[in-house]
Amino acid sequence: MLKAFPLKLELRGAPSQTMTYLSPLLAIVLTMILGALLFLLLGKDPVAALKVFLIDPFSGKRAISELLLKSVPLILCALGLTVCFRASIWNIGAEGQFTVGALCAGAMLVWLDVPGHGISGTVGLILMICAGVLGGAFWASITALLRDRFNANEILVSLMLTYVAQLLLMYAVNGPLKDPNGMNFPQSKVFSDEFMLPMLIAGTRLHVGFVVTIVAALIMTVFVTRSLRGFSLTVGGVAPHAARYAGFSSRNALWMSLLISGGFAGLAGAFEIAGPIGQLLPSVSPGYGFAAIIVAFIGRLHPIGAVFGGLIMSLLYLGGELAQSRLGLPSAITGVFQGMLLFLLLACDTLIDYRLRWKQQA
Amino acid sequence: MGISRRASIAMLATLAAASLIGCGKKEEAAPAPAPAAAAAPAPAKADPLKVAFVYVGPVGDAGWTFAHDAGRKEVDAKFGDKVKTTFIENVPESAADAERVFRQLATDGNKLIFGTSFGYMEAMLKVAKEFPDVKFEHATGYKTADNMAQYDVRTYEGAYLAGVVAGKMSKSGKLGVVGSVPIPEVIRNIDAFTLGARSINPKATTRVVWVNKWFDPGKEREAATTLIGQGVDVLMQNTDSAAVVQTAQEKGVYAIGWDSDMTSFGPKAHLAASMNKWGVYYTARVQAVLDGSWKTGFSWNGLKENGIDLGAFNAAVPDDVKALVETRKKGIADGSAPIWKGPIKDNTGKEVVAKDAVANDDFLHGIKFYVEGVDGKVPG
Amino acid sequence: MEQLASLIAASINSGTPLLLAAIGLLINERAGVLNLGAEGMMLVSAIAGFAVGYTTHSALLGFAAGAICGMLLSTLFAWLALLLATNQVATGLALSIFGAGLSAFVGQHFVGLALAAQSSGIPLLRDLPFVGPALFSQHWMSYLALLLCAAVAWFLYRTRAGLILRAVGESPESAHALGYSVHGIRFMALLFGGACCGLAGAYLSLVYTPMWVEGLVSGRGWIALALTAFATWRPARVLLGSLLFGSVTILQFYLQGIGVTIPSQILSMLPYVATIVVLALISRNPDWIRLNMPASLGKPFRPGAS
Repeated sequence: MLKAFPLKLELRGAPSQTMTYLSPLLAIVLTMILGALLFLLLGKDPVAALKVFLIDPFSGKRAISELLLKSVPLILCALGLTVCFRASIWNIGAEGQFTVGALCAGAMLVWLDVPGHGISGTVGLILMICAGVLGGAFWASITALLRDRFNANEILVSLMLTYVAQLLLMYAVNGPLKDPNGMNFPQSKVFSDEFMLPMLIAGTRLHVGFVVTIVAALIMTVFVTRSLRGFSLTVGGVAPHAARYAGFSSRNALWMSLLISGGFAGLAGAFEIAGPIGQLLPSVSPGYGFAAIIVAFIGRLHPIGAVFGGLIMSLLYLGGELAQSRLGLPSAITGVFQGMLLFLLLACDTLIDYRLRWKQQA
Repeated sequence: MGISRRASIAMLATLAAASLIGCGKKEEAAPAPAPAAAAAPAPAKADPLKVAFVYVGPVGDAGWTFAHDAGRKEVDAKFGDKVKTTFIENVPESAADAERVFRQLATDGNKLIFGTSFGYMEAMLKVAKEFPDVKFEHATGYKTADNMAQYDVRTYEGAYLAGVVAGKMSKSGKLGVVGSVPIPEVIRNIDAFTLGARSINPKATTRVVWVNKWFDPGKEREAATTLIGQGVDVLMQNTDSAAVVQTAQEKGVYAIGWDSDMTSFGPKAHLAASMNKWGVYYTARVQAVLDGSWKTGFSWNGLKENGIDLGAFNAAVPDDVKALVETRKKGIADGSAPIWKGPIKDNTGKEVVAKDAVANDDFLHGIKFYVEGVDGKVPG
Repeated sequence: MEQLASLIAASINSGTPLLLAAIGLLINERAGVLNLGAEGMMLVSAIAGFAVGYTTHSALLGFAAGAICGMLLSTLFAWLALLLATNQVATGLALSIFGAGLSAFVGQHFVGLALAAQSSGIPLLRDLPFVGPALFSQHWMSYLALLLCAAVAWFLYRTRAGLILRAVGESPESAHALGYSVHGIRFMALLFGGACCGLAGAYLSLVYTPMWVEGLVSGRGWIALALTAFATWRPARVLLGSLLFGSVTILQFYLQGIGVTIPSQILSMLPYVATIVVLALISRNPDWIRLNMPASLGKPFRPGAS
């Protein structure tokens, strides 16, 4: 099959500058073409459908604020995963780390948000954020410990721990953290306004967490590209023998990348709880930790790339929602469309390192 | 390193793409006039009432959401051109998305919005405050506002009647419930089921196994299998798929269908089904908005209002059992034979409803105990 | 006694789809390809299997349809990850998302339809006391899964082809230098993996809970992926892992049913915790791990690149 294919890939001498610009554009154009075909087959006006999917989420201040808001947990988790994946530590459990971070942050707020406790909102917020970061980092440290001491593969451990984390949250909102005045529903009390994150733009839900996210991306860029620590992580991932020879400890790399990754996911969880959700519920994430894995790769494992990857994913989610309410498309189409765009983004990236050539007949 | 240079170029590229797309900001003008026009009481001849439904799961779950969507279709069928319904499915319970969805629907001109999961409650409250001329309806929660009502169906009545049938048809006296998530409604249903069964067989016992999900056919099957292995011969469920009925059929025991008629999944096993009829409520509320008579409140439809029914009886169910069920239905509907009439003890022996007292709705909302006959401790 | 037999049987049942998918994924990963799209493949195969099985009344055709769909999706994956050298982790995840959407979309017309239960059990053997109901009353797919596991083990360790496959996984450059088509072999591995995931998906919708609902697979693809890592890429351990997971899943329901007063959410954690604990115990020997993880797993092979 592969031999019959008329085109072949030829390695370029150096990565193509133009293609680095063009590749995402090419992917978007191809998605639009394939998407238009898909919508035609479904009996919808392709132009209208594409507009709803790709343009409507940008229409207006409110819409853009929602777009940015949705990208915050995606970007934060992806930033942490970028560090991990560069070091070839396959942390698939960001979802669990997010959940535990949210749980710890929520627990802290449940403890603090009692009238007469005397803690100010700002102090409370800071404590809550610390709780979230530490919670996420702690959860990731279990994976690190098991890999370090027992050689247990981190893919398995981090994934299993995700399910454990979700069940832990369910247990907590059904029991110890349940709102005593909540008619016995499994959820915590709604947190008071003073403990909620301040808004960035009044009248929207976009909170200061967005700024923190961007700052974090910038700091992480410096860390990854300029610091020795960051460099050692990357080398450890790409050429482990060379890394060992240079004295970079793989054990340090393991712990550092998992703790950072867990901390970021936990921070994202804390932001969700003190932001758009405002309480603890039996489920606090619609899969951010998993989506962040794709975001990290679309971002080509670079922190700034993660920001853009997060925005793209956010666009796809919101577009899909609008497609349901404005076009009557089933939610299943969102998944198909998302998958398609992701395939094309990944495929077009190949053209950076390779060029397509017609095969010479031998 | 090559990566950072590539990435920064990539960033510029995507920025370029985004700004091209962002030229759609001009669209800002478009959505604004549209809701304004729809907000004016429709003097235009055929401006249909826009009604929206927000679902927590997929319509393809053949259970909870499927039943709600069936109700929505009834609205479509009854009102035709006067109403335009839309729905959004798979809006997660984690609420952050729900708020955005409600706001978007309200901005897009929907005048009546239904949210079918208790997790949406706070989100809906927030949005309801911002859109005072839009009516919101929340299912299975407890907070209301001037423009936000609560609604639910008395699923426990179906559970009670199911218990009556189970009590009659069980040979071992051991009953089982495959529970979804331990929320008050499910505890109430387990209790009602047991009360119904014990009204026939005072020695009947109920075991409960929790799947901790609303629906997962594989796990429901596994839960049902273990219950059957422990001697249970009539199963009830509060989960949303037909897996329990199927498992019962395979192992040769009985089961009660839930949310909808599940006979086709277990012709011999399926004794009867407790069926939610959301259409009755939905059509009534749409009519109220069209008439201008919509008011907030708590609606809890039961047998009396035709919000729920136990039907689809198996041929194996003897006529006298069917007749008994009909009698009990009447008794519940007209109040002459209420389910929650004392004396009722919880399973630690404490009396929770005194002799001849009848529990009211507030009591029912706050149930935190298992009645006598249910094995185990109430979760949470 | 009867209860124990039924618990054993239920555990085997529960572990069968995991075993089927994991053994296919094991071949993938032994060849050095990491296909995280297992969940998506299983979903599409589940609906394909159900749709075909329902319309033709033939479970066999349904299984075939499932296997074919699995192979088609892994061909898509191969085209991207092998031919175009895209990142395997991201491609696999994209495949999962795509598969979930596609299956839900196609499945809309099949919701609420019922399929008759399949016959099960080996005649004569199933009537034996205790072992009959415990071991010999499964659907034939469970026994096929067992045979597959054995066949894969034999293939990997006793045949030349298996050796070549392992070589491709350990050192694709060397295999290439020896004249073997790395991409060709990886493609075959992916096809096999796709077929196995396809059978697993079809098993769920045709035998385990004969119905289609959106999201039927409910995470089993991910569990299967985790199990191949748990098994340190050895077929015998895949069997152990899937049985372990299946039996602890049943066990926690059993404990709930007999009224153990531990909260159900904590009990539900047991299968996952048990898998972690067992993995930690058997992985203690670092040499075993290094010997078993295919060295090139996840890295694209670029003929001509250094």
